[in-house]
Amino acid sequence: MTPATVTDSTAARMAKLPEGVPRDSIIVTRNLRRAYEMGSETVHALRGIDLTIRRNEFVAIMGPSGSGKSTLMNMIGCLDSPTEGQYWLNGHPVWELGDNELARIRNKEIGFVFQTFNLLPRATALQNVELPMVYAGMPSKRRREAAAGALDRVGLTDRMHHRPNELSGGQRQRVAIARALVNLPSILLADEPTGNLDSKTSAEILELFEHLFDEGQTIILVTHEHDIAEHARRQVHLLDGLIERDIATEKAT
Amino acid sequence: MLIFEIIKVAFSSIRANKLRAGLTMLGVIIGVSAVITVVALSSGARKAVEEQIEALGANLLSVSPGQSFMGGRASESRVSLTVEDAEALARDGRLIAAVVPEIQRSFPVEYAGQNASLNVVGTTSNYGAVRNVKITYGRMFSIGEDESRQRYAVLGAAVPTQFNVHPRAIISQTILIRGQPFEVIGVFEAKGSQGWSNPDEQVYIPLKTAQYRIFGSDRLRNVAVQIKEGASLDAGMVDIEGIMRREHKIRPGAENDFQIRNSQEFLATQQQTTEVFGVLLASIAAVSLLVGGIGIMNIMLVSVTERTREIGIRKALGATRANIMFQFLIESLVLCLAGGALGVALGWGASSVMSTNFGWNTLVSPTAVAVAFAFSALVGLFFGLWPAQRAASLNTIEALRYE
Ligand SMILES: Nc1ncnc2c1ncn2[C@@H]1O[C@H](COP(=O)(O)OP(=O)(O)O)[C@@H](O)[C@H]1O
Ligand SMILES: [Mg+2]
Repeated sequence: MTPATVTDSTAARMAKLPEGVPRDSIIVTRNLRRAYEMGSETVHALRGIDLTIRRNEFVAIMGPSGSGKSTLMNMIGCLDSPTEGQYWLNGHPVWELGDNELARIRNKEIGFVFQTFNLLPRATALQNVELPMVYAGMPSKRRREAAAGALDRVGLTDRMHHRPNELSGGQRQRVAIARALVNLPSILLADEPTGNLDSKTSAEILELFEHLFDEGQTIILVTHEHDIAEHARRQVHLLDGLIERDIATEKAT
Repeated sequence: MLIFEIIKVAFSSIRANKLRAGLTMLGVIIGVSAVITVVALSSGARKAVEEQIEALGANLLSVSPGQSFMGGRASESRVSLTVEDAEALARDGRLIAAVVPEIQRSFPVEYAGQNASLNVVGTTSNYGAVRNVKITYGRMFSIGEDESRQRYAVLGAAVPTQFNVHPRAIISQTILIRGQPFEVIGVFEAKGSQGWSNPDEQVYIPLKTAQYRIFGSDRLRNVAVQIKEGASLDAGMVDIEGIMRREHKIRPGAENDFQIRNSQEFLATQQQTTEVFGVLLASIAAVSLLVGGIGIMNIMLVSVTERTREIGIRKALGATRANIMFQFLIESLVLCLAGGALGVALGWGASSVMSTNFGWNTLVSPTAVAVAFAFSALVGLFFGLWPAQRAASLNTIEALRYE
């Protein structure tokens, strides 16, 4: 295989995906493994994941605590690298990329929403949403417009100049979602996004995900709650670092 | 563009921790101002000595009476240095360009009813030219006026002030030296004290007038000898010594009964001592700047730890290692440069306070300012590098999880 770079055209990259994989696959993993060295012990968090996710899917990753959901999510989000195996994101062979290319992919291709929001405490909502565009090198005027637009999409126009500590949990998560969406990523990743929210706020956030999905956003959502997973169109169940079940579901009404 | 954004981020995090930033900068402020002050003091001292050397006149040696030695003991009376010796030097010295004999004693001087006890110096008409002293008002007496023992006087710059009269107004006036009337024909420019004597507070009269009308003696206090250009002062000394020994009939092996001094050399030695001290003090000051830099490194390391989570967030959103590194480097650089600028201002202020309040010679040179400033930038870069490196190489996931 010739060494790939992020500058290859999408079609050229897609042609290098493994045999039999649909050409509109955003995420393709083959035998993905991740082990942690804990002193003399080795913890196998992922033990060979083969997963394909196509454009416009809404996938819930489920499983009990410690089954490897977050580890998988971090791998998909290019925050962590596998001990073994292969992973293509939008045709980019992620396991072969260097630090700077990974930073670029995190910036352009991925929107990550965390359970703990991970907003900068000293920055306003608007400044937090501008951050990915800062590292994309976008001029400040366009940045501000785009950030305001993204906050409008999540219904926070009137809270733009508030700092995180002046916002409720639900509002903070909306800021985080706006920030994840602002660079128009190929995929939105959310690791237990409602884990720190009450049920009413959780419902509002999930409604927002539904809405984004209807607009064409590809979404992967990690949860261990069935009623949350039911918002997705596909459920991938993990157990002890392996895929236990992968089922298509109908949306509950 | 991204660079400006990152610089903004660095500034805003300094602003967010003003007190800490201020305390951190203090080390650099003290270091830089110490360097500036010490360098200003020692270059001021050097300049003062240089001016003294310049004021002495070029290529000058000074011959003065010594002791005669009897069996290893200094005898009671000083051996004389006479006008004849000076004439012999002027006549026979192969390497001698000019000879300025000086006869000198303190006498009562009176002007307009005011009395003062002043040093009266009898000397030749070439005194000003050889000693590098210019006339500001009036003129110097001539060779002819010296020969004909005219009662003319030229005053040191401080003398008119002592008699409460403007130097221009005292020209052509009469002063009384030892009760004898002298016409003031000139006033010298101010030269400043030269350690052992102050030429500004003296009255100069023609040598012959002094010898025959006032002092009644031909014993000289001192003969200034100007060595010809191109000849070394050492060779000049040998020349003078030979003539003087012949004139004083000193047998081979016997000690000289006169002294030949090289005042420039004396000052130059003093100069070197000053410089050694200057370098010593400046290096102590530089060490304090270094300590300030270590303070900055310390704070930056704390800051990196405190902001682990922030670093994780920035990396998760697409910041590269270089971006993070640059952010922290800029932060420490800004702290050091701001500290450096304040330190330069403080050092400058301290130097001018020293020269106005204590009369110390100081000279804040642009080079010293530039070097201190560049050094503080270097300190910022050097001591910022490790913390910045640590920040940049943090693992994203671990940084995000950091509480
Ligand atoms: N940084 C780490 N160091 C060591 N072990 C880890 C680390 N992160 C996760 N693990 C282990 O990997 C397994 C999977 O963890 P995780 O992916 O967080 O599970 P989940 O998100 O499904 O609860 C767990 O056994 C966990 O203890
Ligand atoms: Mg988890």
